[in-house]
Parts: sequence; C-alpha cells; structure tokens
Amino acid sequence: MEWIKPNINFDFVGKIKIAFSVSLAAILVSILSLIIHGGPNYGIDFAGGTLVQVKFQKGTDADKVRSSLAAIGMGDSVLQEFGARENNEYLIRTAESSDDLKGLSERIEESLSSAFGKGSFEVRRVEVVGPKVGRELAEKGILAMVLAWIAMLAYISWRFEFRYAVGGILALVHDIIITVGVFSVLNKEFTLVIVAALLTIIGYSINDTIVVYDRIRENVRKYPKQALAETINSSINQTLSRTILTSFTVVLVLIALLFFGGAVIFDFSFALLIGVIVGTYSSIFIASPIVLAWERARPAKKRKK
Amino acid sequence: MFQDIRLRTLIALAVCLVGLYFLIPSIVPNLPDSLKNLFMKRKIQLGLDLQGGMHLIMEVDSQKAMESTMERFANNLKESLMARKIKFRNVERTGDSLVSLDLSATETRSEFEKILSEQYPDLEVKSSEVVEGRERVVLKVKDKRVDELRRAALEQSVETIRNRVDQFGVTEPEIVPQGDNRILIQLPGIKDPKRAVNLIGKTALLEFKLLDEENSLEQAMRGNIPTGDILARGVRLDERTGQRTELYYLLKEKTLLTGQNLEYAQVKISDRFGEPYVAIKFDAQGAKDFDRITSENVGRRLAIVLDGVVHSAPVIKERISGGEAQITGTFTTEEARDLAIVLRAGALPAPVKVLEQRTVGPSLGQDSIDKGIMATLIGFLLVVVFMVVYYRLSGLVANVAVLLNIILILGTMAAFQATLTLPGIAGIILVIGMAVDANVLIFERTREELRTGKTPRAAIDAGYDKAFLTILDSNVTTLLAAMFLFQFGTGPVKGFAVTLSVGIVASMFTAIFVTRIIFDYFAWKRKIKTISI
Repeated sequence: MEWIKPNINFDFVGKIKIAFSVSLAAILVSILSLIIHGGPNYGIDFAGGTLVQVKFQKGTDADKVRSSLAAIGMGDSVLQEFGARENNEYLIRTAESSDDLKGLSERIEESLSSAFGKGSFEVRRVEVVGPKVGRELAEKGILAMVLAWIAMLAYISWRFEFRYAVGGILALVHDIIITVGVFSVLNKEFTLVIVAALLTIIGYSINDTIVVYDRIRENVRKYPKQALAETINSSINQTLSRTILTSFTVVLVLIALLFFGGAVIFDFSFALLIGVIVGTYSSIFIASPIVLAWERARPAKKRKK
Repeated sequence: MFQDIRLRTLIALAVCLVGLYFLIPSIVPNLPDSLKNLFMKRKIQLGLDLQGGMHLIMEVDSQKAMESTMERFANNLKESLMARKIKFRNVERTGDSLVSLDLSATETRSEFEKILSEQYPDLEVKSSEVVEGRERVVLKVKDKRVDELRRAALEQSVETIRNRVDQFGVTEPEIVPQGDNRILIQLPGIKDPKRAVNLIGKTALLEFKLLDEENSLEQAMRGNIPTGDILARGVRLDERTGQRTELYYLLKEKTLLTGQNLEYAQVKISDRFGEPYVAIKFDAQGAKDFDRITSENVGRRLAIVLDGVVHSAPVIKERISGGEAQITGTFTTEEARDLAIVLRAGALPAPVKVLEQRTVGPSLGQDSIDKGIMATLIGFLLVVVFMVVYYRLSGLVANVAVLLNIILILGTMAAFQATLTLPGIAGIILVIGMAVDANVLIFERTREELRTGKTPRAAIDAGYDKAFLTILDSNVTTLLAAMFLFQFGTGPVKGFAVTLSVGIVASMFTAIFVTRIIFDYFAWKRKIKTISI
C-alpha cells in the first residue's frame, strides 16, 4: 500500500504565507481565550484545593448532590459528571484546601452520607493539594519545559545548525501554545498530567521535525547548488510519507487510549492527540519554513559542506 | 561488525530471554513452588494509582522544631550550671532561636564559656552586657549547625512516622525525607485514609501539668490569665448522647513530665464500664519523677495533655509508685489503639502539616488496570494490523519488533523494580505507536532505494544505513524531553517518563538490530528477488 505517491511534489514552501497566517490565527485565538479565561483553568494540582471522586450505586441526580454540598456551605464547589453517564460518577472540586487539609473531604463524605445514606456511594479518589505545593509544581513544570527547550536547542545546534534549532524550538512553542489554547477554549482542566503530556508533545514534535531536517541536511550535501527553498521543499516531500504514517500509527494508539483507557486518563490522551496533530503540522509547515525565512532575512555567508 | 547472522540471532534471542526471565514473575501470579526458585523475586511495582493507596507530603514545622531544641538547650544548661555551682538567673528561650541568661557574678564568665565549649558545641555567645554587676548573656546556635539541627529534626520525624506506620500495619510503605523540611509518605492499600492521616500527623506530645485551682477559670476565660498559667481546651463525652462538648482548664504552664519517659503504652478495657483506655508505664527515670510528683501533690488535680488538649485531669488520690498510669477520656477503641501507637512510637520533634494528600481507592485502581490493559491490547492490534496491511510481510517483521519491545520494556521495569502507573501504561501504548516509527523510516527509505533499481539486498543495506542517523537524532531529542519529564514529575508522571524512555531505547534495539536479522536472512540466505514491502 502506498498513500503518498513517491513522485509527489507538493509546493509546501509556496504555502508559507497561508500556513503562517493559519498558525498565527490559532495562536491569537489561544492567547485570547487564555486572557478571557484569566489563564489556564488550573486544576487543584496547581491552584490548590480538594478533589473528591464519588461513585454512586444507582443513578443520582446531580442537583441533589449539589444541594447536599450547599448544605455544608460548599455550594460554590464544581460538580462534574465523570466518565460515561451510566457510571454514576462525579467529581467534586473546590478551590478550598482547609488549613489542616484533612477536614474538607471528610465533611463532603459526611454530608453525602446523610443525604444519600451510608454505603450508597463509594469515595474512589481524594486529592488535596495545599496552595504552596501547587505553586511549586507550576514553577517546576514551567522550568522543566524551558530546560527541555534549551537542551534541544543545544542538541540541534550541535547536530545541525543554530537556525535549524531556532526553527525547531519555535515550532515547539507553537505546538504548546495551541494545545494549551485548545484546552482553554474547551475550558478543560489544566493539571499535572497535562504538563506531562506537553513535555511528551515536545519530545514527539521535535522527533518529527528532526526527520525532515535530517533529509534537508542530506540534500544540501547532495545538491549544494540548489536553492534552499527548493531543497527544503523536496525534503519535506520525500519525508512526507513517513511523517504521515508515523503520525497515523500514533494517532491510532491514542484513539485506543482515548476510548478505552477510562476517564482518569482521558484528558491526558486528549492533550497528546491534539499535540501530535499540531506537532505533525508544525514539522511540515512551521519548522523548516522558519529556517527558510531566516535564510531570506540573513543569508548564510558560507553554506556548510 | 555483525556479519554472522547466527551470532546476531543468538544475541537477539538472549536479550529476549533475559527480558522474559525478569518479566515472568510479574505476569504469572501463581508460579508453582518448584519454578518459583528459578526466578528472581523482583517484580514490577504497581503505583498507588493502580493498586490504591495514599500519597502524602508532610511539612515539618522547622521553626517549632528550633524552638523546642532551644527549650531543651535552656533546660540542660540550667542543670550543667547547677552542677558546676555557677550562680545564674533567668535561663530562658527568647525568640525562636536564642537562649538568654544572667550570670550573677561576672567572674564566672570564663568558667561558663568552658562549659559552653565542652558540652554545647552547637551554641555560641551572640552578645553579652554587664548590667548592675550581673552579666546578661545571649546564646545562639552556630550558623553552620543550624542546618544540621534542622536535618536532625527531619530525620527524627521520618523515623517516628516510620515507627507509627509499621505498628499500624501497612505493607511496603515508603517514607523518605524530601528537601529541607518535607516528608514523602506512600502507603499502598490503605483502607481508612482519615485514620492514617490522624495517626501520622499527630505530634503526640504527651505532657503532665498541674491544674491551677487557686485562680479563677472564669477570669482566665475573659482574658486575665495569671502569669505562669495557660488556658487549655479539653473534650468531654456525654455518656448518654454520645455528644462531645468542649471545656476549658486553667493549667500551670510548667510541664512536670513528658511522654519521652514512657516505656510502653497499651489499650485496655475498663472492667467497670467496658470503656477503652490507654495504660502507660514510665521508664525508671519517669517512674521516679512520677512518684515524686504524685507524692508532692496529693489532693491536687493532674492534667494529662496531649498536643495541647487536656484528655483528663484526675485528682491525685495518693502517691503512685511503680510508674504506671492510665489515660482515660473520650475515645473509641480505635482511637485508643491509635493513641497507644503514637505514644509507643514517640512524639514528633515538631508539628507536621499535610501539604498534599492523594488517595486512590482500590476499586478505581483495579478499574484503571483493566482499562489500561484493554486500551493497550486494542492499540497494539490496530498498529499491528495496519503495519501488515501497509507493508505486508515487512510489516509483520516490524510487528515482531513491537512485541519484543513491549517484553523488553516490562522486563527492564521488573529488573529494576520500577513502578508502573496509569500514565505509565499510557507511555507503553504511546511507545507502541512510536516504536514502529523506526521501521517506517527504514521501510520508506528501502522503498526509495528499490525505486532506483537496486537489488533487494542493496536496498535493505542502504535503507538501514541511511535511516540509522535519522533514528538516532530524533530519538535522542525525545529522550531529552523524557529526562526532563522524569525530573519534573511526581509519582504517576515519573512512571510515564520511565516507560517512555525505556521504550524508546528498546525500540532502537528491536527496530534496527532485530528486524535487520530477519531481512538479512532472507536477502542473504534465501536470496529473494523481491521484498514484500
């Protein structure tokens, strides 16, 4: 089977303007959404707070759960159905994390007991994060991401050239902003595992980009006289089949994870899926064209042999 | 280098067998005894999110720890000075890290310094001034010793918590210090998180103090607390209604005896009412002190205070020798048992605070395992079928590599007793998708070479050679990202970084080395004319 014909020669480089405009628009929407929502919708991992996952034995009206929470002065907590409806599972989330951190989840449990009867539900998960830890985790996450970028910048500069590294990193920043943006537009919760997903996306997207770069490097050596635009375009075309196929297999497994992995891992898989799709797009349309844009702005005096 | 196909096959088989060898104890739960001894005991550990349990991060209040250290220094100093017959007044802790005292005569200063350097290497004179013939000295802890004392408080806390957890009965707990003043606690399979947190988080400072019966409690409640007294809260249980009510006691601030001098603590049931209580026995020193305290204060009330809360304040009816006492009060059997545990394990050097608590119930853990396995199987099948459809027989070869890759990931994890978490399972699934990438790169390259009219053998050689560098470069960057992920992550996320990294490294071996053997076999030995690719 052959999805991408070997003699394909799509003019990717000629579509730079369109691609940049599309990406710019997506980034703007992402940033706009983040501004409107006042930053990402931080989960308790970062904002601090209490999360309780409850599974009821039979179908339970969300309003009744809500009113039993209101009875203990926790009416402002977020109640959310978790997983499929027939599971009768709810997530109760509140920004509060009482000072000693232990009282809150117990109060929720007691109030549910008195409203629905003891034993009619099961507390499956309790997470309590103090605000201090949340801030630290956020700082650590941002630090890890920036360090990962720097490490890649160094590695690509070493193996290729600095401008390639810049192209690769800008593509990564692009992927991350859009993935975070999608989460913000959908108002999905931004948690610790989402940061893990973002770091994975960084790893995946750069992997994709490097394969293209590698071919550019090879072609530049093979045809030193050829214009860079042409070399880049033919390199993208030559690796297109692989880019599409690998992304396809990864998307396949992510879909399996999304549909069969359960609710706990859903958002994580979703973030990866968005990231892989955006990352594949950016490897083709962003990373290499940036190298070209750089070349046009400041032509390299000597091309490396 | 590896021209000999047979040698390469042997290496591949050996690696595969080693992987299986480590993996078998983890995936075959009930090995017959005769086989059990053949294998190592090492297994893949399940993370708390899969087996259920509690993850806690506690913070030791280092300021309080410092205060109590200084308090101890002040008390010891009094005794040392008395032993050397140096006259002094007002030894006390001032602020949270200073001790001040007045030496009655300035001449004793040099002898005081001698005691200091001999017995208190941690302390030094911060300032001193002569006021009305007396010398006022302020002591502080030497700067370089501050960290060590803090460290000691942390280690002692870890030790105490470990003692408590051991007595509570948790299998394979993990209790380790983290950073300057934190403790990471992992308790697999905990059924009653509330109780566990109470047990771990209790300072368990047991103190015996006399009640102040001369001054008025009512006055004190209005804010006029006599000097040398403190107001303490107590709890009373109403026998009939089971309601707990709060009440207050006016106590002498001075602590007569602490739980440090305990020899044991045990739960007993009272004969008369069938209520639980905790029987304690002091060690030799404690028994002597208790004897003296009771004989001096017959008729007065002695409060038993735990972490600042009065449990009971019985009247001392007579002198108590032998060092045995009872803590009665308002608890259930369970509470009494936990109290006995914390008393036996000893008090924490300073209060601890829960910074983070994550509890996963066992049913959710099992759910996650089931769904994780399901998703892995389906993801695996999708990729395997796709590869065969797209690359035909070559796809089949790539699938062998993917299967081997999974064996190697799990085998490596078992060998290092690494922890498998739910994101870790996701990592394996992701690796299945990404591991075929190396083969896709090789196959696409081989197809290109075939198109230029090369023989199968030459095309395979060129395909592998040219793809190798690409695979290496692209995988190194992914590994870099995984490394930072590991550094950043806690628990579950770390598990993800582990499976991802191991998977990427293993895929380099399986996708490049192992598949090449099969291709070379057909190209060299069978001299095939066409490749099914």
